[in-house]
This record gives sequence, C-alpha cells and structure tokens, in this order.
Amino acid sequence: MDVLRCRGLRKEFGGQVVLDGLDLTVAEHHVVALIGASGSGKSTLLRCVNLLEELHDGTIELDGDEISAPGVDPDKVRRRIGMVFQSYNLFPHLSVLDNVTLAPRRVHRRSRTEAEAHARELLDRMGLGAKADAFPDRLSGGQQQRVAIVRALANSPRLLLLDEVTSALDPELVGEVLTMIRDLKAEGLTMVLATHEMSFARDVADQVCFLDGGRVIEAGPPEQVLGEPTHPRTRQFLARIIEAGRL
Amino acid sequence: MSTSAHLLSPAQRARVAYRRRQTMLSVLIAAASTAAVGTLLAVAVTGAPGWERVRQTFLDPQIARDALPRVLTGLWLNVRLLVCCAVAALLLGLLIAVLRTLRGPVFFPIRALAAGYTYVFRGLPLIIVLYVLTLGAPGLRLQGMPSVLVLGGAALVLTYSGYLAEVFRAGIESVHPSQLAAARSLGLTHRQTMRHVVLPQAVRRVAPPLLNDIVALQKDVGLVALAGPIDAVRAAQIATAQTFNYTPYIVAGVLFVLLAIPLIAVTDRVTLRAARRQSGG
Repeated sequence: MDVLRCRGLRKEFGGQVVLDGLDLTVAEHHVVALIGASGSGKSTLLRCVNLLEELHDGTIELDGDEISAPGVDPDKVRRRIGMVFQSYNLFPHLSVLDNVTLAPRRVHRRSRTEAEAHARELLDRMGLGAKADAFPDRLSGGQQQRVAIVRALANSPRLLLLDEVTSALDPELVGEVLTMIRDLKAEGLTMVLATHEMSFARDVADQVCFLDGGRVIEAGPPEQVLGEPTHPRTRQFLARIIEAGRL
Repeated sequence: MSTSAHLLSPAQRARVAYRRRQTMLSVLIAAASTAAVGTLLAVAVTGAPGWERVRQTFLDPQIARDALPRVLTGLWLNVRLLVCCAVAALLLGLLIAVLRTLRGPVFFPIRALAAGYTYVFRGLPLIIVLYVLTLGAPGLRLQGMPSVLVLGGAALVLTYSGYLAEVFRAGIESVHPSQLAAARSLGLTHRQTMRHVVLPQAVRRVAPPLLNDIVALQKDVGLVALAGPIDAVRAAQIATAQTFNYTPYIVAGVLFVLLAIPLIAVTDRVTLRAARRQSGG
C-alpha cells in the first residue's frame, strides 16, 4: 500500500520553477531518500507534502486521500505527517518535555499526565530521558535534533519528513541522529528524507530518488542509483560528491 | 574565582594582584572625580547671586511639610490610574497587534481597522484625545456616561495602546518564520501557534520597551487633571497658588521620581536578562 503519492507537482517562486511536474510514490514502511544538488527542489517537495507551501499544480495523496484538494483543512493533514527541519526549530521558551507534549496536548487534546507519560517514554527510548526538563539552549545540536524528531513522533505520524536533518550538525554529532533514524526504520516508520549523506542514503533507504531541475530524473534501489547511475546528470552529481570525499 | 584547593601559579598570582591594584585605583579615581564635580556644582549653585531667593521659593522645608499630605493624596490618584491604565493599555495593545496578524480576506476589515487605530492614536496628541473624551463626550448627555476620571483614563488607554500595539507587533514579527513552520507542521492552528509559540517569545523579547512605555505613561496619567480630577501635579499647583512658593512642585517631582525608581529598576533588570539570554542563546 502507498502512503504517499505525488503526481505532477509544480511549484514556482517568483517565476522560477522549483518543482516541474514531479512524481513520487512512497510505499508503507519504506524509506525514500531524496538526493540532488542544492536548489533541486528537495526541501520544497517536503514542504509541499506538509502543505506548508501552496502548490501550483499536481496532486498529493496521503493514504489514498487527496490532501491537495480544495477545502481540505491543512491543520488536520499535518497531524498525520511529522516534519523535522535542518535547523531543529525547537521552541526555545519551552522545556524539552513541553516541546514534545505541545501538539499531543493542544492538537490531540490529550491530558497533561497522559501526554507527559508518553513523551517521557519516547525520550527514554531515544536516550534523552535525562534531558526532559532542560531547555533547548542547554542541549548539543545532535540532542536538539533528536528532540525535534521525538517531537514529530509524539503525534504518531503516518509519514515522517526529514529535511537535511544532519546538515547543521558537527560531524561527530551526525552519527547519533542517523542511528536514531535507522532505529525508526527498524520499527517500520515510513519516511522521506532529503539528505547530502550519500553513505547514509545507501545504508538506510529502500529507494533513492535523484532530483534535478524540479523532477525525479532517476529513482531505484540505492545500489543502482548510487552505484550504477544511468542518467548523465546523476553521474555528474555523484562524481562531484566523490571528488568532495563524501561517498 | 579560583577555588581555595587549587594552588595558584606565580603568573596567576601576579595577575590577580595586578587586577586588584587596578580595581582599587579606578575606585579611587571615580570617588575623587565625583567629589570634585559635586563640590563644583554645589559651589556654583549656592554661590550664585540669586541663590537665597531661589532657596526660599523652591526649597522651603515648612511649605514642603504643609503641602506633602495634599500632594500625596493627588499621587494616590496617579498610582491608581497608572495601574488601571497600564493593564488596560497592555491588553488592548496586544489585542490590536494580534488582530493585525490575522490573515485571509474575511479579516481584511479587522486588519484595516487595527492598522488605522495605530495610525490615528499614535498621530493624535494625547491632550486632544483627553479634551474630546472628557469635555466632548459628556456633552452628548447620554445616560450612563462614566465619570470624567474614567473618560480620562480611557483617553490614556486609547493613546498608549496605539504605541504598545506597535511594540507587540515588532515582537511578533521578530519571531523567526521557522518557528511558525515548526508549529504548523505539528498540526497547530494559526491561533494555537500564536498563543503557544509566537506570543510567549514575542512578549519576552519586547518586555523592556513595553516597560519603558509604562514609565512614560506614569507621568502622562497626570494629564487627566486638565479635565478636573486633582493629581499630584495639580495638587502642587494649587498649593503653589495659595503660598506663592514653588516648593510643592519640588515635592511632587521628588515623589514622582521615587515612584518611578522601582519601575525603572524592574525595566533595567528585564532588559539585562533579555540581553543575557540573547547573547547566551
């Protein structure tokens, strides 16, 4: 069964076409890695799927419901999709626990005790139990990003979108975040992640999509897309990555 | 400070001794220069040819003692008015700032009204608002017209909420869009995002300028005296008219400063905390 189905997505910013008829399908329990140069549309795609950006054409289906249809309440859609950002975006005035319980309490109307018990359980499982009462500015970048992932998970999303979640981290902190994502895959969570970590994409993804000029121009199992790319643009991109020593 | 258990190296001991000497020296210099300036000022004022006259007309202890109860009674009015007007103006200002952030075509009239409000009441001199409300409004002879004091308070609230709304709006706009994206991505509605994510950060950030406006309001509440109620300055004016001596004004002035000190101290502390948080985060 497909969790996400995007057809012919188009998005422009001030006349510049960022998504140009993009198609993407994500099956349940699958992890899809989006790769491609900066400006290829990876982040815009994720933001469009979460209805944070207005579409200029195309349709998006979540579990078979068309969420891009007119009259759909975007707030209700976003409850079913988790999103994690490159710069963590934790709420600085709230403790870790309050960051995690905000949506369960306000959106899902859980009681404080219930939401906090669930949040503490999640934080414990992710090795962040000791940080529950700390404020975000007391945490390392890696810890902040892991809290941001827990915050998204507290909504029990059908689909988790990860937008270059390790790009802002020091190299020695990248590992802890990637380990966490690997654990989530083992639990069967459906994820779409935009990443520059090619070795991680190869390791964790069921499917790798290479984006260029606002379209998916090559998609397939990681061994194929990263190992034996057929499209010249993919080869060129990977050659540059290898040159930079990142694969 | 270094701990007692740790034995300092000679280099560090020399540094500590040097720093201590420097501190002593700067304290001494500050004390000497303050004393010199103070003496100069005192000599210049008390040595002036008209000093005796000025001392009698502005600094008469007996008249100060006599005027104090009346000025204090007036000041009590200032304090009560300040508390009520500050609370009302902060709430109204916040409401207007939030109304200006509403999106969607339905809210256009509300947005336009809120924007117009801040334009009109920031542009209009307070005294004119006061006169229109306290002298004009009762002239309508409507039933249930509140007292002049309440109308005067309303004029202050209208004017100050215009300023405060803009301060709040600056705070709201200073919250980074990524915070909104994060809140909306969790499924929070626009209203919940405002209430739980944007406003708490915005208000904290603009607390110092807000308090600064309240300090200014503290002095302007006295303007209701233009419409009749007797505040501290008006009480001093009456006392002055009876004695042909300006000492009551000095009494009122000193009381106003004393009243402002706690508020200013709070403002400074809040500013400091905000600055520290910003540099720390």
